[in-house]
Amino acid sequence: MPQRADAAALSYRDCVSAKIKCLRYYRQQKKRVSRDRVSLLFMGDNDMISQLTSTERQYALVILVLMSLCGLVMAAGGRGDPLGVHGFVVLAFSVGLAFVLISGFYAPQPDPEQQTQYYDDPTKVGIALTMAWAVFGMFFGVWVASLLAWPDLTFDQAWSSFGRMRPVHTTGVIFGFGGNALIATSFHVLQRTSRARLSDQLSPWFVLFGFNLFCVLAVSGYFMGITQSKEYAEPEWYADIWLVIVWIVYFAIYLRTLARRKEPHIYVANWYYMAFILVVAVLHIVNNLAVPISFGSAKSYSLFSGVQDAMTQWWYGHNAVAFFLTAGFLGMMYYYLPKHAGRPIYSYRLSIISFWGITFFYMWAGSHHLHYTALPQWVQTLGMSFSAMLLVPSWASAGNALATLNGAWHKVRDDATLRFMMVAAVFYGIATFEGSFMAMRPVNALSHYTDWTVGHVHAGTLGWNSMIVFGAFYALVPWLWKRESMYSPKLVEVHFWLALAGAVVYVFAMWNSGIIQGLMWRTYTENGVLAYSFLDSVEAMHPYYIARAFGGLLFLTGTIICSYNIWMTVRAGKALATDNDAEGDIPVFARNAVQAGE
Amino acid sequence: MREFFHRKLERKTISLVVAIVAVASIGGFVEIAPLFTIHKTVEEVPDMRTYTPLELAGRDIYIREGCYACHSQMIRTLRDEVERYGPYSLAVESKYDHPMLWGSKRTGPDLARLGDKYSDAWHVAHLINPRDVVPQSVMPKYGWLQRNELDFSKLGLNLAAQRSVGVPYTQEMIDNASKDAYGQATPDTDAASGVSERYGEATNVRVFDGDPARVTEMDALVAYLQILGRLTDAAYKQSASADAPTPVGE
Repeated sequence: MPQRADAAALSYRDCVSAKIKCLRYYRQQKKRVSRDRVSLLFMGDNDMISQLTSTERQYALVILVLMSLCGLVMAAGGRGDPLGVHGFVVLAFSVGLAFVLISGFYAPQPDPEQQTQYYDDPTKVGIALTMAWAVFGMFFGVWVASLLAWPDLTFDQAWSSFGRMRPVHTTGVIFGFGGNALIATSFHVLQRTSRARLSDQLSPWFVLFGFNLFCVLAVSGYFMGITQSKEYAEPEWYADIWLVIVWIVYFAIYLRTLARRKEPHIYVANWYYMAFILVVAVLHIVNNLAVPISFGSAKSYSLFSGVQDAMTQWWYGHNAVAFFLTAGFLGMMYYYLPKHAGRPIYSYRLSIISFWGITFFYMWAGSHHLHYTALPQWVQTLGMSFSAMLLVPSWASAGNALATLNGAWHKVRDDATLRFMMVAAVFYGIATFEGSFMAMRPVNALSHYTDWTVGHVHAGTLGWNSMIVFGAFYALVPWLWKRESMYSPKLVEVHFWLALAGAVVYVFAMWNSGIIQGLMWRTYTENGVLAYSFLDSVEAMHPYYIARAFGGLLFLTGTIICSYNIWMTVRAGKALATDNDAEGDIPVFARNAVQAGE
Repeated sequence: MREFFHRKLERKTISLVVAIVAVASIGGFVEIAPLFTIHKTVEEVPDMRTYTPLELAGRDIYIREGCYACHSQMIRTLRDEVERYGPYSLAVESKYDHPMLWGSKRTGPDLARLGDKYSDAWHVAHLINPRDVVPQSVMPKYGWLQRNELDFSKLGLNLAAQRSVGVPYTQEMIDNASKDAYGQATPDTDAASGVSERYGEATNVRVFDGDPARVTEMDALVAYLQILGRLTDAAYKQSASADAPTPVGE
């Protein structure tokens, strides 16, 4: 019999079975719940600073002072250049955080007892930031979508033209929304599946705020016209260097916490989170190699040119999808879906096959973005072949997720949270099939350069990434804030149908427009001349662009409802009655200590 | 029974990390590294020229405004594309493009062979309000290009940075970058003569934005748009010669 037991299943069982009575722990939890209710705003919260040891507070201050100095140097060196503006952004960001820190600097030392609990404050703040970026990024998505139907919605301002706002949307949702969701959930999952507390209290904050600084620099830069033009790698050299520093610390947290783990095996979710962190680092560094025109300017030129640059860019671009939007989110799915469904992962072996398949095959597939171009044919063919093979691990993952729900389908029917996760897995299956299909040269001849690509991407991002995040958050928020349930299960239901309707309307609109576009471009008359001018195809897109903006609006509405629901759960959700499996939600060694003390 | 090897691997963090990086590195290495070493990857053509400082400034504006989000610069080897846009793009044509601007989406048409297709006046009118000349267009208005004077101060730095990534600009070109940019858009000044001297007689030296009194961002962008597909004749020569590979049918 293959061993199917894994850490999530184990920890789930533990959560259910282990009824640990520790009055001291209860009291503390109760106190924290009431304090949480008062401290609505996550940041600027003395309670959170008081969780840092005094050494950590000192280190934090030193880091913030150094960052402020960096900001000053950038502001001074980049006078008359957008770099100078970014210097002030860095300065304001660091000084702002320093104020918050100093306000709680002399708060009492944390209770050593805290070491016996998981450290979830960064996850809580991460959830808030995720939702803020989601609303921001999707709002700009709806706006840029509307620009294609009504091009004069720019107020004749440079910052609001399509070319500058489009990366605001993509960065806002991919990095702001997706990235924060990954960071927030990874800290939570890492601790639970390792049954160990995070290695320290400072570095998670560094990663979270550092990453958000990166996002702020990126987005504010686009408005000013700072971009490298590399899709999904638009931020300029200084922001890229900063992200590398943040990422190294992120990986160090993973290594150090895993080193403390009380679970012999590293759980599947962590393989994915680690692949996400590691490979994104490699991709990010290679694709962003560039030479700044001077250290006083935001402008740089990429090290590679032409065909090599194109291949590097799409090796990056496609694997940003693979390791940011797939691997990381699969990590999320592999924890929250079985946990919330109350079922162990269907097949351990299938998860091994899909993990290594995704890690290996994806890296070959980037060249399918360059079919029929000046890229040598052999590279195109390799990309196409591996894209076809990629279907195997992709569907293995999707199938594994769906089969995990066997025995819990009644819950899928009744519980919108689980339904979010189920639909995410279905969309993941659809989008990966579509991706492999579109990577075939003859299909790509039609689909490339059209809205079909946009539709495909959104099947993945709206249907898969967003849905799994919403599902995970609806499960996670009541756990973290010790609530009985979400504030309004009914609004979760409303959100589910808005999100599903929005995604379906969006994707159908883009399938239609993309295929019509592609066909119009290649249609010949009987006399052997092209039947349509390019403009004919532009005109034909108009109704679909309206439909797409409408689909996006539905999706955005759902996201706003979700934010409200999370906010109200934190503020006014019904606190958990004491006798619940949540008290098992402490690191394993702490649990032993407690038992020993009884 | 022997333990399944993976159960050992997943107990060791470092082994897992090494395995992930190793497995993930293979694909990119096999596909990218040879592109730098196989000489056939980029055609050798003698007449390929670099961008002038004004054209490079225009290219940087094209990047700044995100034009690449809606316009490709890569004509594929497909019959309908060749008939619609012109000879398919060769690798050599973007040899000096740091970064490349091949694009991924055609909300608007491909621009790889835009140069000389329309007059300067058409471009200026189109950029100020696309719907004045193309009523169905969904392109944004770029009126500020005509209002903003071009910033000459960093053009020397731009060329120097381009040289350090491999574009063959001479020291003389770098030293005269600002002057040449000014001269290319003001044919009646002394600065104009140096441009053709350094970048060839075929260089467009004229008032691009219709306003001889000022050199604006519009001058730079139109100068760039008018050179697209004109840096070398290689693609035209190849499509004219009999033994050229036939484009794939639809």
